[in-house]
Amino acid sequence: MKYLSLTSLHVGDICKVARIQAGRSATRRLYEMGFNTGAQVKVLKNDRGPIIVGLGGQKVALGRGLAEKMLVGIEQ
Amino acid sequence: MSMTIALVGNPNSGKTTLFNALTGANQHVGNWPGVTVERKEGQTRYKNQVYTVVDLPGTYSLGAFSEDEVVAREFILTGNPDVVINVVDATNIERNLYLTTQLLEMGAKVVVALNMVDEAEAREISVDEKALTKRLGIPVIPTVASRRRGMDELMEAATAVMYAPLNGHARLSYGESIDRKIAELKNLLTKEDFAYPPGWLALKLLEGDAYAQSVVDQSQTLQGSPAYGRFWNEVAAHAEDYQLEIVDSRYKFVGEITKDTVRRPKVAVQTTTDRVDRVLTHKYWGMPIFAVIMFIVFQLTFVIGEDLLGEVMVTGVDYIGEVFESLLLAVHAPQWLIDFTANGIVAGVGAVIEFVPLIVILYMLMGFLEDSGYMARAAYVMDNTMRLVGLQGKTFISMIVGFGCNVPGVMATRTLESKKDRMIAILINPFMSCGAKIPIYLVFIAAFFPSHGGLILFSVYALGIAIAFLMGKIFSKTLFKGESSHFIMELPPYRKPTLRNVLRNMWDNVSGFLTRAGTTIFAVVSLLWVLAVLPAGVEPYGAESILGRIGLLIAPIFKPAGFGSWQAAVGLFSGIAAKEAVVATLGMVYAGVEAGTELVAAIREVFTPLTAVSFMVMTLLYTPCAATLGTIRKETGSTKWALFSAVYTFTIAWVLAVFIFQVGSLLGFS
Repeated sequence: MKYLSLTSLHVGDICKVARIQAGRSATRRLYEMGFNTGAQVKVLKNDRGPIIVGLGGQKVALGRGLAEKMLVGIEQ
Repeated sequence: MSMTIALVGNPNSGKTTLFNALTGANQHVGNWPGVTVERKEGQTRYKNQVYTVVDLPGTYSLGAFSEDEVVAREFILTGNPDVVINVVDATNIERNLYLTTQLLEMGAKVVVALNMVDEAEAREISVDEKALTKRLGIPVIPTVASRRRGMDELMEAATAVMYAPLNGHARLSYGESIDRKIAELKNLLTKEDFAYPPGWLALKLLEGDAYAQSVVDQSQTLQGSPAYGRFWNEVAAHAEDYQLEIVDSRYKFVGEITKDTVRRPKVAVQTTTDRVDRVLTHKYWGMPIFAVIMFIVFQLTFVIGEDLLGEVMVTGVDYIGEVFESLLLAVHAPQWLIDFTANGIVAGVGAVIEFVPLIVILYMLMGFLEDSGYMARAAYVMDNTMRLVGLQGKTFISMIVGFGCNVPGVMATRTLESKKDRMIAILINPFMSCGAKIPIYLVFIAAFFPSHGGLILFSVYALGIAIAFLMGKIFSKTLFKGESSHFIMELPPYRKPTLRNVLRNMWDNVSGFLTRAGTTIFAVVSLLWVLAVLPAGVEPYGAESILGRIGLLIAPIFKPAGFGSWQAAVGLFSGIAAKEAVVATLGMVYAGVEAGTELVAAIREVFTPLTAVSFMVMTLLYTPCAATLGTIRKETGSTKWALFSAVYTFTIAWVLAVFIFQVGSLLGFS
């Protein structure tokens, strides 16, 4: 599977978290909010400003800088 | 001693609603010792027994990530709650159960309140709570806190667990190698008598928990033990991997127990939230919509609070004043007491009380927005703008809280993770016009711009935001350089606000306002009255009184801004004690003034439209009140920053007020 940055995805894409390359505390925070390896994420909004994703029935807004550091694999 | 129930749960899990449902009006708010995290406590009654319920801060985890998390877990481990109720959002059960796994690790007696099952149903998510109870080894009780459903069942389970010995709860495995390390470490830790369970401490140490580390570092025996040193030498190379592996193991555990107990529809049900969000978070419309919503809030506040109810309050206060006066006359009270009551208390405190309806309306509208879930969207749409000035969207939440009162506004900056973001957010918060300043604007609006009330009020708030942004930009380029912290925020589903929550939120703010009117404002007004009639023989409220002389001393500072009268100076001066005191003082020193409308008439003679504007700008921006300065000192941990805040806000306010008056005069305004 090829890994992409979360920001390169389009609205409606469903992907799985592969790796987070942010700082230690940010990575941990994301993990604890449910963005752990293998978590399924759906892109709900990706235009201007923070990207909005659906995660386990919840909506989470992520700053673009952070979203860029989240590597995901697209499910076919 | 009653038994204690602790409430824990994720933010937005409905924990506070459940707390309110359990305790009703029997609650009080304090602070945890040593920190400014709010501590809410209440009483609930079940089967003729009273239980104390402690609402712990909402957290995603129980690590040492933030002060909130440390407070919550300290209470669970060392505060000896008899049972912990873990509020779990049924619509987002997997993430919420992550916290539950940590409670299991602590060996706490836990009952899960599976909350918002009605919303889960609407989204066609089904949860088999009986199977879940078995897997977790702890009771799982479905509830709908907002409609008080399941409260009896929850209390029954909680009391049953409370009185029974702890047994049967699920144990997590972190993989063979970590499990072995935990067992080894636990053995070493049992040699010392810690306040925490050794198994939990071992797990936290392997997780790289700074707080657990500091606890163990204090142990002489362990630090000197070669076995302990050897253990860490072996572990050191894998420390980072362990951390994430432990988190992963918890999720794996959650995944296993929810695999066939939680069922979601294949295609997520398109909710109202999704449809509404498409408009409210739109890339172009989001911002203008936010501005329009805020404008409507202020316009409504004005129309209902002032136009409809204002007159009633003025008449009411006048009437009470007359009743007091005739009562005092009837008992032949001394003239000074009658004078003090009529011209000191009624004119001063009364001038503040008249604005209560307005504040009630404003807070009800703000509470409505907050309860509906819109505030998180406001932070979202503001993130872009905030980035431009070197800040981030979440800072905006603390700014909105500041509209109510700067004290909680400054405290709300705790959710910001980077030191830079937090310091800037604290320093710019006083530019958010707090509720106590509203009466000042209203008096001046009534005197000079009666037909444009909503617009002026909106502009004042907007100017405050603009100055806050400008200063944010300057601070992030000078005093606090570096990266802003990342923006991670949950957008909770929109909910219909309940009247109960809206009223409670309003009352939290209004009661503070009334308390200050009865204490601080009363004290300030009394002191100022004494200063205004002394020394004996001078004309009361005149320039010759002590108060007048103080005012005359300060007044020249404000001359370039157009309001160099001693009364205005004294008013601003008293505002440093509390902002409500500005109007109270003005009400008192404009002699012969008894109530709001007459204060308005007096002001019309002393000020002009231009000086009214420059005075409003001054009050908007100048030195925050003593309570806010105290909070800034506490939150920044330094008197230096509190003093800095007091001085720099005054400077900006003065410069801008002078600018407005001078340029306005040049342009021919008066």
